[in-house]
Amino acid sequence: MARLRPEPMQVVKQRRDAALNAIVQGVPYIRFLNITFDRRGDELTGVLNFDDKLIGNPLLPALHGGVTAAFLEVTAVITLSWEYFFPRIESGEIDPEDLFEAETIRFPKTVDFTVDYLRSGLPRDAYARAFVSRSGRRYASVRVEAWQDNHARPIAQATGHFLMPQSEPIKE
Amino acid sequence: MVDKVAIARRFIEAIPHAKALGLNLSTISEGEAEITMPYNPDLVGDPRTGVIHGGAVFAALDTCCGAAVMSHPSAPGATATIDLRIDYMRAATPGQNITTHAICYHITRNVAFVRATAMDDDRNRPVATAAGAFTVEGL
Repeated sequence: MARLRPEPMQVVKQRRDAALNAIVQGVPYIRFLNITFDRRGDELTGVLNFDDKLIGNPLLPALHGGVTAAFLEVTAVITLSWEYFFPRIESGEIDPEDLFEAETIRFPKTVDFTVDYLRSGLPRDAYARAFVSRSGRRYASVRVEAWQDNHARPIAQATGHFLMPQSEPIKE
Repeated sequence: MVDKVAIARRFIEAIPHAKALGLNLSTISEGEAEITMPYNPDLVGDPRTGVIHGGAVFAALDTCCGAAVMSHPSAPGATATIDLRIDYMRAATPGQNITTHAICYHITRNVAFVRATAMDDDRNRPVATAAGAFTVEGL
């Protein structure tokens, strides 16, 4: 039996980047912080593009701890959403255009989020990567870390728990 | 003691990100602070519902906790977050301000322990609660 010929690379890449953009660009708060995502295959890296309004301590100066936390949380939710929605978008079950239109499409919700501050955030771009430790039917557990110049010297790390979107309401 | 409160207030009001969020320090006294974040469409997490993103609530709570530490009578000056945990109880009602209230309930030479809550207009049901440890640093 002949194997299906793979789609041209640009077609696959364009479709996947469009799907990711639909998820990221739909959220006003992500635009407010100017967080973007680099995609290499299935691996996402969050990028916090530096701006003066992200400063928390003007004397040092350093990034605001709340910005670092928000950046980690956004990276965790987007990575988790990407892993959840991507197969559904690829299979044609969900149209990326519908993500923020259809009432039926729900995103993972944060239950709790714990941030450890390891080093003060310098006034420049930061990067973050999230690892989904477990993604169950109802709950997911995600670990995420952020760094700047040197990946081996992270500025913060966090773990969080998330409630996964429910296709049918769970009986009380 | 009035000076410390005045310094803390000036410090919080000079934070660029606090200005970007529109944070308003309404109360600050010995180890206690209250900060309000006005509703802002730029901070929305889901455009279909208009609910504020959890990250913005985190930033307001972190600022409020820092203010509570700085205003504590035993805190010599500056502080930085060691760790902060937030539990999200429910979505904040769209259109309503979020008020955060933090108490520095214990402080040692090196560490300050803080608890905080975030509320919208319904004061009986918190939107989120926070617990964290902060450094105690000299001026």
